[in-house]
Amino acid sequence: MTVSTVIKTDGLTKRFPRVTALDRLTVEVQPGVVGLVGANGAGKSTLIKILLGLSPATEGTGRVLGLDIATQGAEIRERVGYMPEHDCLPPDVSATEFVVHMARMSGLPAAAARERTADTLRHVGLYEERYRPMGGYSTGMKQRVKLAQALVHDPQLVLLDEPTNGLDPVGRDEMLGLIRRVHTDFGISVLVTTHLLGELERTCDHLVVIDGGKLLRSSSTASFTEATQLLAVEVTDHPVDRAFDSEAVLRERLTAAGLTVRADGGRILLVELTGDETYDTVRDTVDDLGLGLIRLEQRRHRVAEIFSTDSEAAEQHEAHHEQAAAVPAGGEQA
Amino acid sequence: MTTPAQTHRGVIHDIGYRPYTGPRLGRRYATRSLYVQSLRAAFGLGRSGKSKVLPFLLFGALVAPTLAIIAIVAFANLKQMPIDYSVYLSRFGVLAQIFLAAQAPVLMSRDLRHHVVPLYFSRPASRSDYVAAKFAAMVSALLIIMTLPLLVLFVGAMLNSFPVGDNLAHLMYGLIAAVLYALLYSAIGLLIAAATPRRGFGVAAIMGGLMITSGVSQIVRALTGGFDPVPRESAHWAELMSPTRTVEGLVNTLFDTGGEGFDRMAAPGTAGVLVYGAVIVLLTAGSYALMLRRYRNV
Repeated sequence: MTVSTVIKTDGLTKRFPRVTALDRLTVEVQPGVVGLVGANGAGKSTLIKILLGLSPATEGTGRVLGLDIATQGAEIRERVGYMPEHDCLPPDVSATEFVVHMARMSGLPAAAARERTADTLRHVGLYEERYRPMGGYSTGMKQRVKLAQALVHDPQLVLLDEPTNGLDPVGRDEMLGLIRRVHTDFGISVLVTTHLLGELERTCDHLVVIDGGKLLRSSSTASFTEATQLLAVEVTDHPVDRAFDSEAVLRERLTAAGLTVRADGGRILLVELTGDETYDTVRDTVDDLGLGLIRLEQRRHRVAEIFSTDSEAAEQHEAHHEQAAAVPAGGEQA
Repeated sequence: MTTPAQTHRGVIHDIGYRPYTGPRLGRRYATRSLYVQSLRAAFGLGRSGKSKVLPFLLFGALVAPTLAIIAIVAFANLKQMPIDYSVYLSRFGVLAQIFLAAQAPVLMSRDLRHHVVPLYFSRPASRSDYVAAKFAAMVSALLIIMTLPLLVLFVGAMLNSFPVGDNLAHLMYGLIAAVLYALLYSAIGLLIAAATPRRGFGVAAIMGGLMITSGVSQIVRALTGGFDPVPRESAHWAELMSPTRTVEGLVNTLFDTGGEGFDRMAAPGTAGVLVYGAVIVLLTAGSYALMLRRYRNV
């Protein structure tokens, strides 16, 4: 990879007569597996169309592999692979014939197209069935052919639109593994869209979250999942005093001790972890109250959790973040 | 140091991913590849055996009468060809129309129906390249099935030692007619086929369109006195209602062909030639432009 930035957009805006599909989107994507996350209608497909140079942006600029999307569309499309969300396979043609044809459409000479097709279909895990008409394929096999046609010309970047759509859990895992390999083994950068977040945590190095055409967040997957660590605490009822509301009292005491506490439904309290001393504080407080400790465990934020907070209150997010950053200082003071 | 598994058994080694370092031939090559694939598809080549039946049946049906004609000429010792080249095309033109109606949807509707179009547009060839390749493929397919019978007739005429110059001139008239039919039919047929992802609708609309316009134009010509004992020349303008009859009328007047029959199509005078020609150009160019528009937002 000679280009350090795979995708770079600056104030990219796309307005249709009635909706604004993309709203001043500025984002930079490095080589690797990047997840483009957003609900249906968030502008993911519009962004892909613009990146392929198929649809002009209303405002703003963008570069893919260092090429200008406004003027170098054909060059971009020669170096980029695209796997659409919807079904795109004619049923009466075999996978081999179809992928060979698509390779030639990407500019590969006939002999190279045949050779690359055989290689690529093998890499995505399609063997003898590649000579049969695609109408009889399972969803999993169809998704593999769709991926193969996007990879057959050995692009520098592939854009995968909802590649796990319609797959069962096993097929989904296999597809995610394959996507991972596209980068690690083939050296091809990947931009993968989805509206399901859970699966991206394991696959992607970096996540870009958009909603309503606006950028919500762009950062490494690790920073999404490890933004704050939480301690889940659950205690017994008071052994003697039945009316004693142990959760409420414990919460009061821990807050007084300078910790940030919130309820997690049921009887579990979530305490923000500020260091090893948090464990001691919790233990001592519970012991002080004469309660039994049922649960004391570390929890990670999940991407889905952050995304739901993000989309509900995009503006509040930054404030939230600053608050979390401010907590350690507050803890030390106490 | 060597392990037995590697040296003595037929192990398939996964050689891993090999990057492609060869040439990338770009947009024009891709367009040419699409043209070749579409032309083959028009004859059912590269597709199932079933899809080859109709195109080759029609192709055969267009060529077979020429062999019969040559045989008759040889056995009956005729002094000239019993049918002119361009007249042959109008007599058996309905077969070319069926070919168009059946195969234009194969070229356009299938890609729409199976959503293959976005895959093409995500590759180097552009939208207009796509339309150009499909149009060129349909024109070529129609030219193949229409010119081959004419060439067979010409060979037959030569074998019977008919005058070369005269036959060559009339063969040229026939070929010009074939080119006009192919261009106009392809533009109209592909435009209709591109409007629907349903193949059946496309077939019915193309066939119906050509048949109905042809019928209506004949009726209007009759009503305006075209078939009276003393035919009115102005009734010929009714031919403009049908693409098929417009081409036929233009060719007949330009080259003074089409025989003496009362139902001979003919563009009335110089004005007629100009108007007929303009209609053919406008219909072809207009349909082509609409097709480009159709694919602008796919």
